[in-house]
Amino acid sequence: MALTKEKLITRLQTQAGLSKQESRAVVERVLGIIKETLAQGEDLLISGFGKFSVRQKNARRGRNPQTKENLILRARKVVVFKTSGVLRNRINNNRS
Amino acid sequence: MNKSQLIEALAKHENLTLKKAELIVNAIFENMAEALVTNERIEIRGFGSFKIKNYNGYKGRNPKTGDIIEVGGKKLPFFKVGKELSEIVDS
Repeated sequence: MALTKEKLITRLQTQAGLSKQESRAVVERVLGIIKETLAQGEDLLISGFGKFSVRQKNARRGRNPQTKENLILRARKVVVFKTSGVLRNRINNNRS
Repeated sequence: MNKSQLIEALAKHENLTLKKAELIVNAIFENMAEALVTNERIEIRGFGSFKIKNYNGYKGRNPKTGDIIEVGGKKLPFFKVGKELSEIVDS
């Protein structure tokens, strides 16, 4: 039931009047541009949808709860998403 | 990067008019937004997945006045970054 890349390609094909190959190419391209942007540490703001940002996490002491082993989690960068207010309202009222 | 810059980048790379690129980018995010509004999961391999999380309401306090207030429940999308994206961002 989930919206997958294939479903997105099929829907976009009709909505934008593209061939299947064209639709696939633009979806892959958009995802590629987004990935590259985030890989460079740059945020991506899509008004009406949300904001993807890269956050720097410091190294910290962690613990494997299964083996109870102590370990150090190294400093790393993660992607976080914040939903836009517009989308948040649409989701909670089931329509804007 | 914002949406208009994404549209420009798409137009340039795929040789599209700005108008067409705009229509495409808007349609992509509208399909995703619509899925979330109808409580459907989104799963894009290599990028990530979104699902709606339900948060229960709770009794909170206004920190200034100390009044007890009822905070209603809400639904929020939760984004889980995909393996490929998390690796390229961290490398």
